[in-house]
This record gives sequence, structure tokens and C-alpha cells, in this order.
Amino acid sequence: MEYVKLINCMRCGMCLPVCPTYKETFLETASPRGRVALLRKLQEGELEQSERLLEFLSLCLDCQACASACPCGVNAGELVAEFTCQRKTEKGLGFMEELILRRLVPHPDRLESSMGPLRLYQRSGVQKLVRTLGLLKMFPRPLERMEGLLPELPARPLRQEIQEVTPAAREERGTVGFFLGCVMSLIFSDASRATIKLLSSLGYKVITPRNQLCCGAPNMLGGDLEGMKQDARANVEIFSGYDVDFIVTDCGGCGAELKRYGHHLEDESASAFSAKVRDISQLLALHRDELRTMLKPLELKVTYHDPCHIAHCQGIRAEPRELLKLVPGLTFTELNEADACCGSAGTYNIQRPEMSDRILKRKLDNVRSSDAEVLITSNPGCLLQLKKGLAEQLPQVRIMHLTELLAQSMEGESV
Amino acid sequence: MERSFIKELQTIVGGEYILTDRESLAVYGYDSTPEIESLPAAVLLPGSTDEIIRIMRLCHGAGVTVTPRGSGTNLSGGSLSAGGVVLQSSRLNRLLEIDEENLTATVEPGVITSALHRAVEARDLFYPPDPGSMNISTMGGNVAENSGGLRGLKYGVTADYVMGLETVLADGDLLRSGGKVVKDVAGYSLNPLLVSSEGTLGIFTGITVKLIPKPRGKITMLAHFPLLQDAALAVSAIIAAKVIPATLEFLDKVTIRCVEEYAHVGLPLDVDAVLLIEVDGHPVVIAEEAAAVAELCRKHRCSFFQTAQNPSEALKLTEARRTALSALARLRPTTILEDATVPRSCIAAMLKVIQECAKKYDLVIGTFGHAGDGNLHPTCLTDERDPDEIKRAHAAFEEIFDAAISMGGTITGEHGVGLAKKKYLPRLVGESGIRVMRGIKQAFDPKGILNPGKIF
Ligand SMILES: Cc1cc2nc3c(=O)[nH]c(=O)nc-3n(C[C@H](O)[C@H](O)[C@H](O)COP(=O)(O)OP(=O)(O)OC[C@H]3O[C@@H](n4cnc5c(N)ncnc54)[C@H](O)[C@@H]3O)c2cc1C
Ligand code: SF4
Ligand code: SF4
Repeated sequence: MEYVKLINCMRCGMCLPVCPTYKETFLETASPRGRVALLRKLQEGELEQSERLLEFLSLCLDCQACASACPCGVNAGELVAEFTCQRKTEKGLGFMEELILRRLVPHPDRLESSMGPLRLYQRSGVQKLVRTLGLLKMFPRPLERMEGLLPELPARPLRQEIQEVTPAAREERGTVGFFLGCVMSLIFSDASRATIKLLSSLGYKVITPRNQLCCGAPNMLGGDLEGMKQDARANVEIFSGYDVDFIVTDCGGCGAELKRYGHHLEDESASAFSAKVRDISQLLALHRDELRTMLKPLELKVTYHDPCHIAHCQGIRAEPRELLKLVPGLTFTELNEADACCGSAGTYNIQRPEMSDRILKRKLDNVRSSDAEVLITSNPGCLLQLKKGLAEQLPQVRIMHLTELLAQSMEGESV
Repeated sequence: MERSFIKELQTIVGGEYILTDRESLAVYGYDSTPEIESLPAAVLLPGSTDEIIRIMRLCHGAGVTVTPRGSGTNLSGGSLSAGGVVLQSSRLNRLLEIDEENLTATVEPGVITSALHRAVEARDLFYPPDPGSMNISTMGGNVAENSGGLRGLKYGVTADYVMGLETVLADGDLLRSGGKVVKDVAGYSLNPLLVSSEGTLGIFTGITVKLIPKPRGKITMLAHFPLLQDAALAVSAIIAAKVIPATLEFLDKVTIRCVEEYAHVGLPLDVDAVLLIEVDGHPVVIAEEAAAVAELCRKHRCSFFQTAQNPSEALKLTEARRTALSALARLRPTTILEDATVPRSCIAAMLKVIQECAKKYDLVIGTFGHAGDGNLHPTCLTDERDPDEIKRAHAAFEEIFDAAISMGGTITGEHGVGLAKKKYLPRLVGESGIRVMRGIKQAFDPKGILNPGKIF
């Protein structure tokens, strides 16, 4: 880790009020400023890599809210992630990590077939039985939590169903390559279907390459930089085979990762790829005037949760709100602490359940006081986490992906 | 610190709220002050006034020192402890009351300044002090440092709003001073002593502040000046014309360059100074005031003047000032932010001194700040890994402070003395000043256990 990145922190504390773990604990060790200081003192040899130090660092969500607030351009979340990644690289990938990160995750077909049994498990009614009997309590906690997070899976992943080329529904204005995130395809396929439909209605030909791989974010999370680069190279190669104006994704996590391919691979084609990447809200907002004429009324009270990967990592805040406000009849209320993490944060909700639940609760309390009927967001991790939270604590509020709501408004369906 | 003593503290606050591990102590060894670190022996996060009373009784008995801390954002080393107890007040964060009949708010010390703003503004009331750190600074810290802010020129500083304090003294006794009454001449005025006491006289556990009606309107203006002298003259002229803007902020040439490079807000690089001016109050009055400001700026040869027509335009105009610190701080690893303050008629002279010092010591110093009240923030951009440059920075600031004193100004307008400015205080207040201050300290804390080593 570059020392200068650590001493750039002037300890002003501007990052404290936005850090979810500081807000919960008021502890300097659980603050961005504290985390940078721990890393710095580690590097200076004043502290050792003690269990406690690692524990303090691992409480970081890598939500990067601190980076948005920092006047000095310090990114505590990223520094902690870099440290974790480095440690894991030094240790080498374990057998399971190797299996999951290198062999399973990058290849959608393998990932999809591994989900087969789960789907069967849900459909056969065994899930219900298991849940009612509390059989999962017998499994280790992480497994139990993972199970609890899973909503009902679609019959088939979208990737297997979608045509590679969806023609523009009217006079063609351009071509977009659609980067279909793994979780979007496997779990939130309705939302990605809505995304494709919106793009096509606006006159885009949508190309969804069948052979695209995972964006590589899970590898980064698992400390596998090399694996991430392998995915990135393959994706750059695949998309360069098509003549597209933009590469669009409706997954905040994928978008953030894809935009950094240029940075990671340090080559021209990767930079060109990254320069074309847009979050779906960015592209839709370009056509706001047209959209306004196409949307039909929805009488709904709606609020919006900013996914960290969209607000903090990509700096996109205005577009999703603007798009929601285009829908006639819709009442938009701003969520208090809208851009605070929901506690999902990759696998954080499985690894640090207690803190994750505290952060989730705060988010849900804010949703409650917003008085909204529908919570909108646009990242699969947030969708999973919030869906579970709402079901347990606030069942009267529904959650939807931004594009689902917009597509429904375009159809004139009541939600 | 002895284990048995730590055990006793533990029984007061509970195991979760006492930290003695190396890692925790290491990160409580700093605040926002550059270059100063000092390790405490324990950190406590009490949850009630009663716990604080018990902690103080215990520490007083054992002669253990106690340093109060809010969010640790002060710029003078005030919240650092050498081998004693740090007492962080963040958990005492309840907003106890907004009294709309008496126009007061009562808070616990851990309440964040901007949270108080939001709460009172929701009721059309106004708590003006707005330090740049208001999103994280605590009310306890604000009172202890007598913090100022952008609205200081028209509305004053924290001291102008503190009406009542509840303070735990060094021996654990509770002192109540002031209250909700507007007039009170019973005995010595203790509040002004306690405000800006930097944690050396007592620990605030309750704070009652004055509120005022929220101004009905605000007009934001921006002016560019090719010549520094003209900007300074414009400031004097505005005030002489009996217009008191809520905000009258200034950016110098170095800052302008940095802001433009970093944020591309459209500042020309050939101007010497930018003024951000905001007038607030009754819509009819501020329209007149804004017109007067515009005329005076033009008369003093501004090269550009804009009045915001709506809130989003206003936000745009304030962007340069808002990004000033970020833009400067990004340039080099180490940022030393000072707050020498002079009578406002001396602003131009002070700026000249700062520029000369930067040149003489071969430093980059960007200056921005509250031109209206003479409180400037010369900000030295340096690198702590370069000891020679750091030495030159200190030499430059020493000259700047001496100049401020000779102009009838002060070494610190709002950041406090703490450890960082201790050495300069005698030059400002003289031996008699120090003697009286020591006497006051003695009266409050004869054993000297509260935040020792600070101020003098
Ligand atoms: C980027 C930046 C911008 C800033 N802008 C401004 C500004 O515009 N104006 C300004 O005035 N200051 C400014 N400051 C300085 C600082 O934020 C203020 O001094 C603030 O009041 C400190 O609050 P805190 O909660 O962080 O207190 P701390 O730093 O934790 O403590 C400050 C002092 O108060 C004492 N203290 C804390 N709590 C209590 C208590 N309950 N009882 C008794 N004593 C207590 C401490 O012992 C210490 O001496 C700025 C700082 C930064 C980093
Ligand atoms: S990380 Fe940035 S915001 Fe946080 S204390 Fe350091 S410099 Fe300030
Ligand atoms: S990334 Fe999030 S959790 Fe981690 S330090 Fe930054 S704000 Fe806190």
C-alpha cells in the first residue's frame, strides 16, 4: 500500500458522520479516520497485525460513503479492501475460494446449474418445510442467513431466456451492449427484462452477449485480484466484438466494477470499454423529455435508497430521482440518510450479521418515517437485503428496481 | 493505570464502554490537529450525567487526569490526553427540549451541531453558529472552543448563544450557571468563563442555547476582484454602508487556482480575490441590501458580479467556497490550517504579511476565510516527510501570529489554544493575563486533573 495514500488523511473527521459503523458505535476504531490511522500505524510498525486490529478493520463495509465526504480524496473503504486483498493474496486462495471464485462464479452456465438444486428445493416445497421446522438452525449460522436472504427464484435465469439481440421497438437511434449481472439474471430477472424493454422502447437495439462473464466484483471481494483481471479481459474482448455506443448495466455493483476495468488492466481497449459503461439511470436520463411523454400515471408514494455502488462509487445521485419524478401521479419523498449503506455490502450481511442488522434496522426506520409505499433501488445486493428486512419488519412497503417501476409506468400497469 | 482502577471505571460505564487496548488507544491519540499525538491510558464513553459524576469523583480521588472529547475535530490538540482518561461524550446525544415560548434549545453535549440546526429549522427557528465542521462537531466541543462559523459576522459566535450550562466539576460536583432568563446579574458571570474553557474547567453535560426566528429570505452573490486591495476596500465599504451580510467570505489567488483546477467551477485565474456574499432577513430589506452590495462591488472595480436568482444558482455560487478546503488539502499530504484574526480594517495588511511569509519561506499558503470578521484561514500545504519544509512552515506562522498581535488581533479566532498555540499565548495576554487565567483554573480545579497542560 502506498504510504502517501495513508498520510493524505488530514484527520479532519468529515467522514465520521457518514460512516455507518461509526454512527452505530461512536468508536474511533470503527470510523474511516480510525481505519486509515490503524493502517498507517501498522505500516509504520507502531501496531502489529493483531487479531483485534484485523477485527476492527473487518467491520468496514467498503461502502465508500467516507470517500464521498473526504476533502482530501482519501478512500478509507478502498484502503481497507486493498489491505484485505493483499493479505489474502499473500496467503493464497483456499480450496473453496479457488473453487468458487475461479471455477464457479466467472462462468454463468456453471453458476446457473449450481443454482438448479436451490430452485428445485424452493419449488418442491421442501423450503417451506425446512423453514417451518427450523431445520436450518441446525446448519451453521452463515448458511442459515444466506438461505433467509433468498427470495423466490425465477423459473429460469434470464440469460438463458433472453435473445442475444433485442431490436429497437421504433426507429433505431443506437446500439447498446447490455451487461447482465449474475444476480440480476439469476434472481431479479424481471428487473433486467424491464431494463431491456425500456431501452428498446427508446429506440435502442440491445445486444446481450451470451458468453459474457461475471464482472469480477466477487473476486475483488474475495481478495482475488488476478481472477478479477481474467474476467475483465474476457469481457473487454467479448464486447469489443460488437459495435455498441454504450455498455449499459442495471446492477450498481457491476457498473462500478466495469468502470474500473481501464484502471485495473491499464490498457487502451479496457479504458475504451470503461468509458462506454453507463448505469441504466444515466442513459435513461439522457432521454428524459421523451420518457416524460411515454410514462403513464402511477398513484404511488415512492422513496429511493442510493446503493453505495451507485452513489459513492459512481457518483450518481440525481438521475434516479429525476427519473422517478417523471412518472405522473407519483409522489416522491426523499429518504432520510438515503445514501447510507443498507448493510448488505457484498457478503457483509453474512459475515458480520450483528452489525449488518443494526445498519439495516436504521435504514428501515428511515423508510418507515418516509411514509412511502414503495422503496426503489437499483442494486441486487440492496434488493436482497432490503427485501428480507421489509418482509420481516415493514411488510406493508414493497421494493422494486428502478427499471421495473419505470417499465410498469410505461405499460400503464397498476403496480 | 492500575487494573483495579480500570475495574472500578468499568463498573461505572460497563465493559463495552471502556477501551484500554493498544489499538483503540492509538486512534484516540490524535484529533484534527496536525503533527500532535499523545496516548491516553483509557477511553470512556459514559451514557449519562450520573456516570460522569461518578467517574469524576473516582478520578479526583485517585488524582487521575480527565480530558473531555467530543468528535475530536478541534485544531489545537485540545482533546488529547497524555496517560490519562479520555471521556468521549458522543453517547450523550439527546436533544432535550426546544422551548418555543422562551426561544431556547437544551441539548446534551454529544448532540451534533447540524442536527440541532435541522431540528430547530423544522420549527422555523434558527441557531446561527455554523462551523465548517458542523456535520460532525459536537455542541460540547463548540461550547468548549467557542466555535465560530460562516455566519459569524452578522450573528456572532457560540458564546453569543449560550444561556445556560450544566457542568460537572473536577471533584464531581454539579454546577448550574445561567438558564433561560435573558437577564441575569446574580454574581460573577460564569458562562463566559466556561465557554472557550477547552475542557479545563469542567465537563458540560447540559447546554441551553438561545434561538432566533429563522430569516425569511437569503440572497447569494459572488464577486471577482482583479486586485486584492479592491476586494478589501469593498469589504470595508459594505460594512461602512451599514449592510451586515450574514456571510462575507474570501478566497485568495492560490485558493482560486486550486479550486479551479480541482472542481472547474468557472473561476478566472487572473483575479486576486473572490468574495462570496450572502444577505439574509426580510425579503424587502435584503433586496435593498443586495442592490447596495452590487453597487459597492462594482464601484470597487470587481470584474464580475452575479446574484443568484434561485436556490440552485445560489448553490453553484457557493461551490467555490465550499470546495476551498478540499481543493487545497488535496494538493499535498499535510495541511496546516490556521486562524489568525485581525480587526477587519487590517485584512489587506494581514494578507500581505501572509503572502510575504509564503515567499520568504518558500511555501504554498492558500488563504480563505471569513473576511467580514477578520478571521482568515491561511492554509499551508506541505509534507510532513519533509522536516525542513515543516520547520519553515512553523517559522512562517510564528511571523504571521506576531503580525496579527501587532495589528491588535489574536493568535486564534476560533480554533482555541490547546497545545498547539500554548507558546504564543503569553505574547498575546502578557504575564498578568496568564496569572489571572491560572487563578481561575485553580478555583475550578485545584488538583489540576481536568485536561492538564492545555492553554497555558
Ligand atoms: C475541517 C474543519 C473545519 C473546521 N471549521 C471550524 C470553523 O469554521 N469554526 C470553528 O470555530 N472551528 C472549526 N473547526 C474546529 C473544530 O471543529 C471545533 O473546534 C469544534 O467545536 C470541535 O468540536 P468537537 O466535538 O470535535 O470537539 P473536540 O475536538 O473533541 O474537543 C474540543 C475541545 O472541547 C473539549 N470538550 C469536548 N466536549 C466537552 C464537554 N462535554 N465538556 C467540556 N469540554 C469538552 C475538549 O476537551 C477539547 O478541548 C474545524 C475543524 C475542522 C477539522
Ligand atoms: S479520511 Fe478524509 S475525511 Fe476522513 S479524516 Fe481523513 S482526510 Fe478527513
Ligand atoms: S467504507 Fe463505509 S464502513 Fe468503511 S470506513 Fe468508509 S464509510 Fe465506514
